[in-house]
Amino acid sequence: MDRETCLGCQTGDKWRKKRGSLIMALHEIQGVKGYVGWQDAMDLAKTMNVPLARVYEVLTFYNFFKLVTPGKAVISVCTGTACFLKGNDKVLEKFKSELGIKEGESTPDGLFHLQVVRCVGCCGLAPVCVVNGKTYGRMTPEQVPVILNEWREAFKKEA
Amino acid sequence: MVDMEEIRKKFDIHNIAKNKLAEIEKYKCSIYCCHSTGCKSSGSDDLISLIQKVLEENNLTDDVRVVATGCMGLCAHGPLIRVEIKGKKDILFKRVDLEATRAIMEKYVIPGLKNDGDMVTDETLKPYVLSLDLPFFTKQEKVVLKNAGHIDPEDISEYIAHGGYLALEKALKTMTPGQVVEEIKKSGLRGRGGGGFSTGMKWELAAKVPTVDEKFIICNGDEGDPGAYMDRSILEGDPHAVIEGMMIAAYAIGATAGWFYVRAEYPLAVERLQKALQDCRRHLLLGKNIMGTDFSFNIDIRLGAGAFVCGEETALIHSIEGARGTPRPRPPYPTNKGLWGKPSCVNNVETLANVSKILLKGADWFASFGTATSKGTKVFALTGQVEHSGLIEVPMGTTINEIVNEIGGGVPEGKTLKAVQSGGPSGGLIPVQLMDMPVCYEELKKIGSIMGSGGLIVIDDSSDMVSLAKFYLDFTVDESCGKCAPCRIGGRQMLLLLDKINRGRGKKKDLELLKQIAKAMQKASLCGLGQTAPNPVLSTLRFYEEEYTNKLLDGKE
Repeated sequence: MDRETCLGCQTGDKWRKKRGSLIMALHEIQGVKGYVGWQDAMDLAKTMNVPLARVYEVLTFYNFFKLVTPGKAVISVCTGTACFLKGNDKVLEKFKSELGIKEGESTPDGLFHLQVVRCVGCCGLAPVCVVNGKTYGRMTPEQVPVILNEWREAFKKEA
Repeated sequence: MVDMEEIRKKFDIHNIAKNKLAEIEKYKCSIYCCHSTGCKSSGSDDLISLIQKVLEENNLTDDVRVVATGCMGLCAHGPLIRVEIKGKKDILFKRVDLEATRAIMEKYVIPGLKNDGDMVTDETLKPYVLSLDLPFFTKQEKVVLKNAGHIDPEDISEYIAHGGYLALEKALKTMTPGQVVEEIKKSGLRGRGGGGFSTGMKWELAAKVPTVDEKFIICNGDEGDPGAYMDRSILEGDPHAVIEGMMIAAYAIGATAGWFYVRAEYPLAVERLQKALQDCRRHLLLGKNIMGTDFSFNIDIRLGAGAFVCGEETALIHSIEGARGTPRPRPPYPTNKGLWGKPSCVNNVETLANVSKILLKGADWFASFGTATSKGTKVFALTGQVEHSGLIEVPMGTTINEIVNEIGGGVPEGKTLKAVQSGGPSGGLIPVQLMDMPVCYEELKKIGSIMGSGGLIVIDDSSDMVSLAKFYLDFTVDESCGKCAPCRIGGRQMLLLLDKINRGRGKKKDLELLKQIAKAMQKASLCGLGQTAPNPVLSTLRFYEEEYTNKLLDGKE
């Protein structure tokens, strides 16, 4: 593979000499691509000189890393305690029924990925959900279609 | 040749402080806009740009400064803006939007610069004013959060102007490492991450281990406990305080390098910390021969990746090494054999943030807050069914009643208080009948809860305790690393039993079984996660057993 375009190799080169950097390298790859693919993992393992099994065990141990490409908009519904007490389970249900998918899945059109997260640390705004880094506080199930439409419109404009 | 004397002078903290204070003094008015994750997500970025625009339009940029600060505390009412006009009372505005911001500028700030009126007179602005005389503000005692909400966390000179790095200078130039350890020991500071181990003792143990080639100080910022965001707010609001604490700790124990381990879910905290570390390097506060002494030190950041168990120190160390975050049996303790087998001392964010204050104001001052065994103040994230949900700091020993009903303003919407959960998924409940209990390590332990990192979740009478216990257990089962059987299997079995009870299929003997498994998990689990996972179940069983029995098939007999 061409080294210029090999994300795994470049990231590996950057972090190889630093100690304790496997997780940081994986963060960097996911930051660029949105997930860590099989080829990236192999390239990284080779360049950093760690067994592929080691890369794989780290990838699958930590919740943060994704192995397949998520949708264009990643919807994270907070299931921390404050959000739970304030009824975020109903918001999650609404997302599921609106999108027709379960948590951890993406819509067939590749637009949305739904996931649950543990506490994003905005408990004062509970219940909270985050879409591609944008936080929506004081959520109600009624807001769900509004937010989905907002993102659909945004994607239409891009295209 | 570069004149070292000249460079020293340029980066002398006293000079920096003097210049910055003189600069601040020039302004007639300061507008502080909360710029932490909570308020930022409610749009405080746009508010700041609008304020700047209005100032430019009115040629006021020389008279008024805008400061993007860390958390002001009252997150439920964000975005918050505080206006300080010289010679006038501070005014805090809540839940401001663009329209309100423009009104604040045009109807309060601009006229306020000219006249002597003290109050907000405009009718349209009055609903946005939040009284600073609320118990939420007056009942707090801010030590760790003193700077948060008052300084720009991204500006090192502002931290220095507010007394920053003076404690480091004092330690490096006038104290021996032994004296620093002694001072922290005397202050009675205990680990704020939940364990409550004496910080001074930990440092003493770490200092005793000889530094062969390397020794590390690690800051634990893996705040995974849902419903808690103290460490995030401290890192976002005053990152230099934690860095300074870590440097003092490094000097005291003889560490050669420092590591920050922060959750990847806190991008803003990571960004501010990175900026702060970079500024320290530029100001020669990190690197070789810091402040012209023999002390050399550097700090690096490593990110977590969404694993609750990594808050446990041995798991955290594995994670920094780039491996799976699984704990290992202790001893050997990290102070003897930690990161890469080298002696390492792990301290929590809030613990380190206390250090510089103790050195500057003295151990006795610090020990004047709190109870006989729990000294100082504690930051809590007060959330759940409470009016003023937000970040608070109170002296140890403050009662739950004071925290929830006075500072927190009680439970909203005509509901009544049922219990308060402390310590998150590792903690337990404080039922309403024990509301007068003072918050300290020992008292909480007595009733089967823990101090934890500082999440306080207020629960009203509409919540079902069995579901709550199941919610917490669901979390710990999901987050169990799977290394040891008691936690991996015990947790799963307890969860199945709870589910059975919740579906109305449970029997009396299931409650007994729950307790038995819980005991086994507490005794046999490898790390704190498994040992404390049964706490929410045991605690709800202890105080609300009737809610369980009501759901049993044979409960009413």
